[in-house]
Amino acid sequence: MLRSTFDKLEPHFMPGGKYEKFYALYEAVDTGLFQPNSRTQTTAHVRDGIDLKRIMITVWVCTFPVIFFGMYNIGFQANSILANTDLVANEGWRAAIIAFLTSNNPASIWDNMFYGAMYFLPIYATVFIVGGFWEVLFAIKRKHEVNEGFFVTSILFTLTCPPDLPLWQAALGISFGVVIGKEVFGGTGKNFLNPALTGRAFLYFAFPSYISGDAVWTAVDGYTGATMLSVAANEGYAAVQNQLSWMDAFLGNLHGSIGETSTLAIAIGGSALMIMGIASYRIVFGTLIGATITVLIYNAIGNADSNPMFALPFWWHFVLGGFAFGLFFMTTDPVSASMTNKGRWFYGALIGFMVITIRVVNPAFPEGIMLAILFANIFAPIIDHFVVNANVKRRLARG
Amino acid sequence: MELLLSIFVESIFVKNMALAYFLGMCTFLAISKKIDAAFGLGVAVVVVLAITVPVNNLLFNYLLADGAMAWAGLGDVDLSFLGLICYIGVIAALVQILEMVLDKYFPALYAALGVFLPLITVNCAILGASLLMVEREYTFVESTVFGLGAGIGWALAITALAGIREKLKYSDVPAGLQGLGITFITVGLMSLGFMSFSGIAL
Repeated sequence: MLRSTFDKLEPHFMPGGKYEKFYALYEAVDTGLFQPNSRTQTTAHVRDGIDLKRIMITVWVCTFPVIFFGMYNIGFQANSILANTDLVANEGWRAAIIAFLTSNNPASIWDNMFYGAMYFLPIYATVFIVGGFWEVLFAIKRKHEVNEGFFVTSILFTLTCPPDLPLWQAALGISFGVVIGKEVFGGTGKNFLNPALTGRAFLYFAFPSYISGDAVWTAVDGYTGATMLSVAANEGYAAVQNQLSWMDAFLGNLHGSIGETSTLAIAIGGSALMIMGIASYRIVFGTLIGATITVLIYNAIGNADSNPMFALPFWWHFVLGGFAFGLFFMTTDPVSASMTNKGRWFYGALIGFMVITIRVVNPAFPEGIMLAILFANIFAPIIDHFVVNANVKRRLARG
Repeated sequence: MELLLSIFVESIFVKNMALAYFLGMCTFLAISKKIDAAFGLGVAVVVVLAITVPVNNLLFNYLLADGAMAWAGLGDVDLSFLGLICYIGVIAALVQILEMVLDKYFPALYAALGVFLPLITVNCAILGASLLMVEREYTFVESTVFGLGAGIGWALAITALAGIREKLKYSDVPAGLQGLGITFITVGLMSLGFMSFSGIAL
């Protein structure tokens, strides 16, 4: 029945129809619900139900564990703070709704979930609407299809934001990411940087006080708590161990950006992606190996008295900050990563090396995963170039 | 030794000539369409920088700086106002020699670089390195290392840009931005990635 409604509507969107301009929108909804009608015209092709749309939706579904844990954790952290300190709840419409429907009890799953949702959902809605606006505008003007890559970009961008990011900044960040990071190059598949990270890096350098520091990581005004990485950088490994156990960090019982806290939830979604072959296991393991080796080198050569980060062991590096989230969801972006299989190992290793180097050596940034991935994006094409050339040379030599 | 190493690493990554100081942009943007040509130009810049910076360092320390000519009995002469023109002269002479060498031994690269090889003479990355060397008061050995590092950093940046531009051949850039416009945006985004090093003090 739905199909026939679409068929009836279709002529209006075809060239010459009343809503010709909005064909991109119609097409997006239509192929989102049904198999596209177009068939491959040439002879050689592989038949597979998975197209770009299905891949993107799968990635989106795989972020669900991260989303739900993120919401729960925002609420849990905030409610614990409210229960254990004499800070009062925030003012404003969010807090009014929260106070109306919950009792800010950190032991109640509903209270925590609801608190988190009141912070996560407005950011996500803003990002989705503003990003979607740009995507559709470009699709209509440039006559390309609305791509589900945008679903992924918007959720990944949202999950990297701190919970009380002002909404206008979320809108600004996603605009920069979608327009400058992707659409000026012609849309999905034609950009060279990860759009979500481009937007976040833009915010990071434009408004550092809203997206870094000690005060932004919980959804309670006036509460300051350093991220564990800056604790590690300033006070050392022992101070981190005093504040929380490795298991807590792994499960996600700490504050931070919305989606980065729980390594377990990220690993569940990320492993599903790897098993389905959507995320490249080569990049993931390349990054892990590169990071581990780099940490071991720094552990061996570094002087922990002058810079405590030198002493942090690698299993802590993996569970703190955005490492896990970037590892599974950002490095594996198929567009901005290396395309060749061998190149993916090098690409991953470069990210692993850079993220640890920024964390340990650069005092300006406590966390390095975002910039490490952007840095490796820059060198991904040149890595591919060398891999392909080496292959060409080997085959020529074989004769 | 540690100081030399830190100057070397710093000049490649932290104070990258192209992506942190935006020097040598004209050649950077013009010769970055093909990886091979970009790499060749990068090597040429490394060679020129690694020779001119130490030569200019000697020139500055023994002829131009305030009181540098004390060895000739002219202790109160300050010729540092002649710095700019002397450095350019040294660079121009060296590029001339390099051009002849390339023409004879690497004709393919010579043809690919075309007019941009003589233009290295007025490449601000080259002159900039000499001026920065004076400003940062490097010794002879330090300036050799700095020249080499700055050249390698610039070569790295232009090779990466060429790689990205070869990939962007398949992109669908709006008509108004095609060519240089999108390249400017690309370079801006690249330097965002290079921000990862800003703040590292070696």
